[in-house]
Amino acid sequence: MSPAPLLSVRDLRVGFATEGGLLQAVDGINFDVRPGEVLAIVGESGSGKSVTAQTIMGLTRSKNARIEGSVMLDGVELVEAPDAELRRLRGDRIGMVFQDPMTSFNPVYRLSKQIGEAMAAHRDDLSKQDMHARAVELFEAVGIPDAARRVDDYPHEFSGGMRQRAMIAMALALEPELLIADEPTTALDVTIQAQILELLGQLNRDRQLATILITHDLGVVAEVADRVLVMYAGRVVEEGSLDEIFYDPQHPYTWGLLGSLTRLDRPRPKRLPQISGTPPSLLDLPTGCSFRPRCPHEFAKCTELPALEERTAESPRHCDRCWLSSEQKREKRQVGGQIGLEAPA
Amino acid sequence: MAFDPRPEAAVPAGAPGGALPTAPEGVSASDRGPWYLAYKRFVRNRVAVAFLGLFILIIVFVLAAPVWATHVAHTGPNETHTLEKLHVGGEIREVVTPEGKPIGPQLFGAGGKFFLGADSRLGRDEMVRLMYGGRTSLFIGIVSGLITTIAAVILGLLAGYYKGWVDAIIARTLDVLWSLPVLLFGIALGVSLAVGGLKIGPLELSGGSIWVPILVISIFTVPYVARPIRGEVLALGQKEFVEAAIAQGAGSGRVMFGEILPNLASTIIVFFALNIANNMLFEAALSFLGAGVQPPNSSWGTMISIGEELLTTQPLLAIIPGVMILLTVLSLNIVGDGLRDALDPRAKVRLEAHAGMVEKEGTAV
Amino acid sequence: MARFIVRRLVGMVFVLFVVSLIVFLIFNVIPNSPPAQRLAGKNATPVLVKSIEEEWGFDDSLPQQYLTMMKKVFTGELIQYSPRVPVDERIVEGIPATLSLSIGAAIIWLFFGLVLGYYSALRAGGKLDKFLTGLSIAGISIPVFLLAPVLIYFLAEKLKIFPNGFYVPLTEDPWEWFTHLVLPWFTVAILSIGFYSRVLRSNMLDVMNEDYVRTARAKGLSERQVMLRHVLRNSLIPIITLFGLDFGATVAGTAIITETLFNIEGVGLYAAESIAKLELPPIMGVTLYGAFFVVFINALVDIAYAYLDPRVRLGTSAQ
Repeated sequence: MSPAPLLSVRDLRVGFATEGGLLQAVDGINFDVRPGEVLAIVGESGSGKSVTAQTIMGLTRSKNARIEGSVMLDGVELVEAPDAELRRLRGDRIGMVFQDPMTSFNPVYRLSKQIGEAMAAHRDDLSKQDMHARAVELFEAVGIPDAARRVDDYPHEFSGGMRQRAMIAMALALEPELLIADEPTTALDVTIQAQILELLGQLNRDRQLATILITHDLGVVAEVADRVLVMYAGRVVEEGSLDEIFYDPQHPYTWGLLGSLTRLDRPRPKRLPQISGTPPSLLDLPTGCSFRPRCPHEFAKCTELPALEERTAESPRHCDRCWLSSEQKREKRQVGGQIGLEAPA
Repeated sequence: MAFDPRPEAAVPAGAPGGALPTAPEGVSASDRGPWYLAYKRFVRNRVAVAFLGLFILIIVFVLAAPVWATHVAHTGPNETHTLEKLHVGGEIREVVTPEGKPIGPQLFGAGGKFFLGADSRLGRDEMVRLMYGGRTSLFIGIVSGLITTIAAVILGLLAGYYKGWVDAIIARTLDVLWSLPVLLFGIALGVSLAVGGLKIGPLELSGGSIWVPILVISIFTVPYVARPIRGEVLALGQKEFVEAAIAQGAGSGRVMFGEILPNLASTIIVFFALNIANNMLFEAALSFLGAGVQPPNSSWGTMISIGEELLTTQPLLAIIPGVMILLTVLSLNIVGDGLRDALDPRAKVRLEAHAGMVEKEGTAV
Repeated sequence: MARFIVRRLVGMVFVLFVVSLIVFLIFNVIPNSPPAQRLAGKNATPVLVKSIEEEWGFDDSLPQQYLTMMKKVFTGELIQYSPRVPVDERIVEGIPATLSLSIGAAIIWLFFGLVLGYYSALRAGGKLDKFLTGLSIAGISIPVFLLAPVLIYFLAEKLKIFPNGFYVPLTEDPWEWFTHLVLPWFTVAILSIGFYSRVLRSNMLDVMNEDYVRTARAKGLSERQVMLRHVLRNSLIPIITLFGLDFGATVAGTAIITETLFNIEGVGLYAAESIAKLELPPIMGVTLYGAFFVVFINALVDIAYAYLDPRVRLGTSAQ
């Protein structure tokens, strides 16, 4: 990857004051995104992936939030930036697509108006006609048929897939450099999911968009991502290229995610394996490795928190947080002839 | 608003009524059952407990009416003393002046007689009337609250359980009644019954009976309780335990009263408290206008209407019964609110949840 | 939209019919004493009772009696018997005062309720918030017939800041009209301000958690734009229904008590005087006209609701 990173996140920490104490939703994460690159952030509910995405946009700011570290967009620090400056970036240089297209549009306004609003927030020189024409153009670009007529519909007149296309159109209204898609396909049917992913991939290639794709589904990652960040309980537990994550996963949690993936190219297992147990409460994390209570390979050293570092000789930018040796990992991740996390004894 | 019979309109949930955050519940308490937990939560709500105490005091106050009347005031609520004189300290004063001005509050100046003065040119003892009038007001409020609640629960169960045309008829009727101006129709029915009385089969009411306002209030407040209960029954009908009971062959009566009704308990309790408060305001409004309690009976509402004529000279005559209504209704509303917080803490959590913005699907909260 | 309006108006006609049936039941059918006796009033002569019996056709079948009643009400033949004055004449006379009272009070409670609710939602948990909670609980607990005497006694009698009651027509003297109505307006409005502000506040706190508000922020709208265009706009929709009900209930209900307390010669005072005399024809007239007004307002409100919420208008949501 040659171009300089568009977005650099360094040691980002996001905590929320709650009744039960400080909830550390994101605990020191680092990553870069370059133009034309798709970075996938994968993890279960509560792993901190959505909070990360929203923090980049400044959407987590509140009285109760503690945000530390650095988020640099094209050389500009966002964590320290005043609200007004962040607001100018949102929608203009950073576009965002949300999980549920059913609820992410305001039901009382026409789509053209909602898209126009995004443009009007950043450009004073656009007339109503310009904005309307631009909305039609965007609808065509994201593949909504009969765009000129449908742009004036209300959100509830659209199907889920079409609404997500409209959401993407709105995010692209001002040609942002960075697109953050937070679980963009989770609420959609499988066939529609594929179409939306294809659209995102195509936009990423055609427009050299830097894209962050937040998802809990490694299947989605496999379709479009260049690099993958696996998050667990607010921390990155493994980071690598798509191939590294899929063919040489280092962290037992990643093995579990891969093991629970339905794969069409392999014989169907009798029972879809699941990672046993539930993610820990962020208010009461175990000491050391947070995955320890659910990990069948836990040993004495795991009570110490492993750093996220390069642990494999062959791939330099492939990092993980697991104390097991490379040989142990290679051996232990084989479950029934494929990668997976064995069930605890 | 003179009164607002919509109990759900009471105060939006989440009103900080002084309740503590409900989140960290003691583990040891959780195995004592939901009613015990609710009790613990209610007791912790000091404001609600204080107003429950006030409500009990008011009940004791009106129950003590005969004791006060015979042993302190030595008069009944409807006995007139127009031409009598009163020994206060050393001097002798008229109960009602020749111009028709009633005597003001004497407290214990006359040994407890005319503690709050006389009510009008009729020279009746205001304190005695206040206590007896309170009995009428509370009796009407509580009895009509009972009737309303029972009728509303039955209608809500039938409509929500049978759905289809049963629901269509009940729900549409409730909707129409609900959208009517209750006070106006209460007045119409109240006056019509007050003039002619009522006779349906064995049920016979004379125009002056206090059962007339009870009937009027019960009829017109049913929709305000029945509609939300129907909604809840509809929702409960979708729950697995109800479907399981039906699948096991339980009859509709069994399902309605054995499975659904117990789950309505907390709603019913809260609505009962709020409904009594609303009914008392309704009664006061009707009686104030003369379409409720008829003379010689009196209630706080009729007392205000009598006192209001002397507002410029003896303002307390209108204000004291008004304050009694306020205190009773306020205590019932706050207790009802406290009960809702105690029985359904989620109603509170829902509103306060936005404070800590955490991932929507987050398990941490 | 047109289809929605037609459907709603048909529904309205049906409700009007049901309402008139209820009124008919209340006044003419309730079994016990002869209806003519009721209508004639307490101290009627047998001659009057006899003539009412014929006039109203109380020997006819019930449907025929219903038709007679409706015809009387809507052709101005409904008459109060002591003294003999057509009821609708008296009602029409009272309308300006009643509407002046109700509309003025409604404007005050909406304005203050919404402004205070908006600001308390922005600072949930703050001092204003706590004050409004108290005010709204007090609002649903204080009877008008307590608040009005207190205000009259202190502000009108003692301090003489405001005139004590009575109505001056707007056309006669706008300033006097205004000063005479200030106390009654606030008497009605104060009780609703707390309630409306609490409802708006809790609606807004709910809407703030909606995904589309997050979307609006992600688009780069300013906080003010997000609050006004998305949060406030969507929070107001449910208030419309509430307002329709309360405005109807004020005109055809609260006004009766308030007008009595302040001696405002509107429809409500006319009704109250008739109640005191236990005279039925005026009450029948006021009830029917009042109920029709309320039903009509509710239909208007539903149409306004549909206009503001396209999901209802286009018939896609469960109505």
